[in-house]
Amino acid sequence: MLDLLAQTGLNAVYAASYISLVAVGLVLIFGVMGVLNFAHGELFMAGAYAVVALYADAHLPFFVAVAAGLVFVGLLGLLMERALFRPLKDNPLGGLVASIGFLMILQSLAVMGFGVRMEHIPPVTQQVIEFSEKVRLPVARLYVIVAAVVLLTALWYFLKRTRFGWALRASAQDPEAAALQGISITQTARIAMFIGAALAGVAGALTAPLVSVNPHMGHSVIVTAFIVIIVGGVGSLEGAVIASVVYAVVHTFVTTFFDGVIADITGLSLMLLVLIVKPTGLFGSRERA
Amino acid sequence: MLRAGIWILALAAFLALPHGLSFSQQEILVFLVINILLVASYRLLTLTGEWSLGHVVIMGVGAYASALYTKELGIAVPLSMLLGGLTAALVAVVLSFPLFRMKGFYFLIGSFAAGEIIRLLWKRFREPFGGAKGIKGIDPMPDFSVGFYRFDFFEPVSYYYFAGIVVGVCLWVLWRIEKSPVGLTFHAVHWQDKLAEASGVNLRAYRTLAFAIASGFAGISGALLAHYVGTINPNSFDVEVMVFVLTWAIVGGTATFYGPILGCIALTVLNEIVLRELGFEQMRPLIYGAILIASILFLPDGLESLVQKLLRRKAAPAKERVAE
Repeated sequence: MLDLLAQTGLNAVYAASYISLVAVGLVLIFGVMGVLNFAHGELFMAGAYAVVALYADAHLPFFVAVAAGLVFVGLLGLLMERALFRPLKDNPLGGLVASIGFLMILQSLAVMGFGVRMEHIPPVTQQVIEFSEKVRLPVARLYVIVAAVVLLTALWYFLKRTRFGWALRASAQDPEAAALQGISITQTARIAMFIGAALAGVAGALTAPLVSVNPHMGHSVIVTAFIVIIVGGVGSLEGAVIASVVYAVVHTFVTTFFDGVIADITGLSLMLLVLIVKPTGLFGSRERA
Repeated sequence: MLRAGIWILALAAFLALPHGLSFSQQEILVFLVINILLVASYRLLTLTGEWSLGHVVIMGVGAYASALYTKELGIAVPLSMLLGGLTAALVAVVLSFPLFRMKGFYFLIGSFAAGEIIRLLWKRFREPFGGAKGIKGIDPMPDFSVGFYRFDFFEPVSYYYFAGIVVGVCLWVLWRIEKSPVGLTFHAVHWQDKLAEASGVNLRAYRTLAFAIASGFAGISGALLAHYVGTINPNSFDVEVMVFVLTWAIVGGTATFYGPILGCIALTVLNEIVLRELGFEQMRPLIYGAILIASILFLPDGLESLVQKLLRRKAAPAKERVAE
């Protein structure tokens, strides 16, 4: 029993890692742009396909493929900022609707480029860390955990300790006042979109060998990310990380002891409950919608 | 006189339309008629200012309910459709308790979550919902004869006429609701909520009412679909379909009654005639996505704004003549 708990706990840590990468990116975009990016799950998918193309098909080293995926998806974020969100700044629902359109385009491109079938990606490493006979952590999962810790720490440092980070947070709090201080809103929007999208891309790229990669994989990712950002509070990066851990623990344990569908229902119910009781989320203070 | 003429022409077009089309094109007409009801009911919901992402799941509630009533309880088909619509309305009333504590963006996400929960329940419980495979072998509409015309529901043309009449009646009811004091209150709830509330309008009650009515008609459209295709499963009502409904509404525009219907017809024509004939069927999501983006960027008021511009241009010279 103890073994099972420890193993489930490890699985939860892994799940929390990639979920928090996705959710933090989503919150960052929402905070700075004021747009709920429905295509975020598809950015994750695009990162996974970067690994399919470069690592599985072109036989480049795995980490080169991951880095390329990060940059590629970050650039997709810049494209979205320029082509969709900037022109639709004054249309509250416009950005959201446009991101739904972008989602369909990305999905369709994946189908055309790679087909609807699941992709087979050769494992990056077969190594497993054995804590005991029944408690094991595959090294490929460890990569995801390490990447999440490193990237989120770096982001935290960037936001709290650098001038760009200050500017970014200022324009998230009050765009007009920030602009009056000489902060370029367009510039901060670009940075936020690049980082937010790249985080989703890197999460997709790193988990690609561990999950089933297909053009419709983004759906479950975006549903999870929505749950997490609502539970954590839509404006709060720290909240998103904490909520990722909470959600991952709940979801992993319910999956282990009941089944996956019940776990999904539990997660969605949790989100509805938070929306009913405290719509600003458990950690959010300020409302922006 | 002129209006009567237009209506007679429209009726003639409705009756003549399926003739000369191929079998598969006739089937598309059936779906088009059903989708028109779906998107028109969606507009009633948007009147109060709320954009739901659960409308297609509510349509599914009507489909599942009607299929189960015929299968498990042996209720006759046309009656079961009505009950399916009622069930969808009831589910909407129940959902309104949690959902209408939210507004705007939160309502959007909340309705999405509620819809996903319902879909997962269908998937999880094989009894009575049939699990992921759904319900198969749903009773078709029984054939009947009205003297001069025999409805043979093996033929899509017959189902098209039947669904067309049902949808026509539903649209008329929706139109009457919108033009009634209740419908005007819906507008007030959207645009002047503070003022409306100060004048004694119970906002929550009117929001719930609009949600229930819209859901009821969505449920009927779902039931029409279920008894035509014969098989439904949780994926028949997934987010992708919701995105199509959203696209129709946005491309058409939601400021007028006919806007969403116009969008639905225009995109169906584009989809079935242009894409299918040219062999671009696989690119459908791509083209829908591009159209959605293009219309929100360049035509934010929808196709209806083009129609209105055209009408105004024609009306303007007439007015000048009167002035002379």
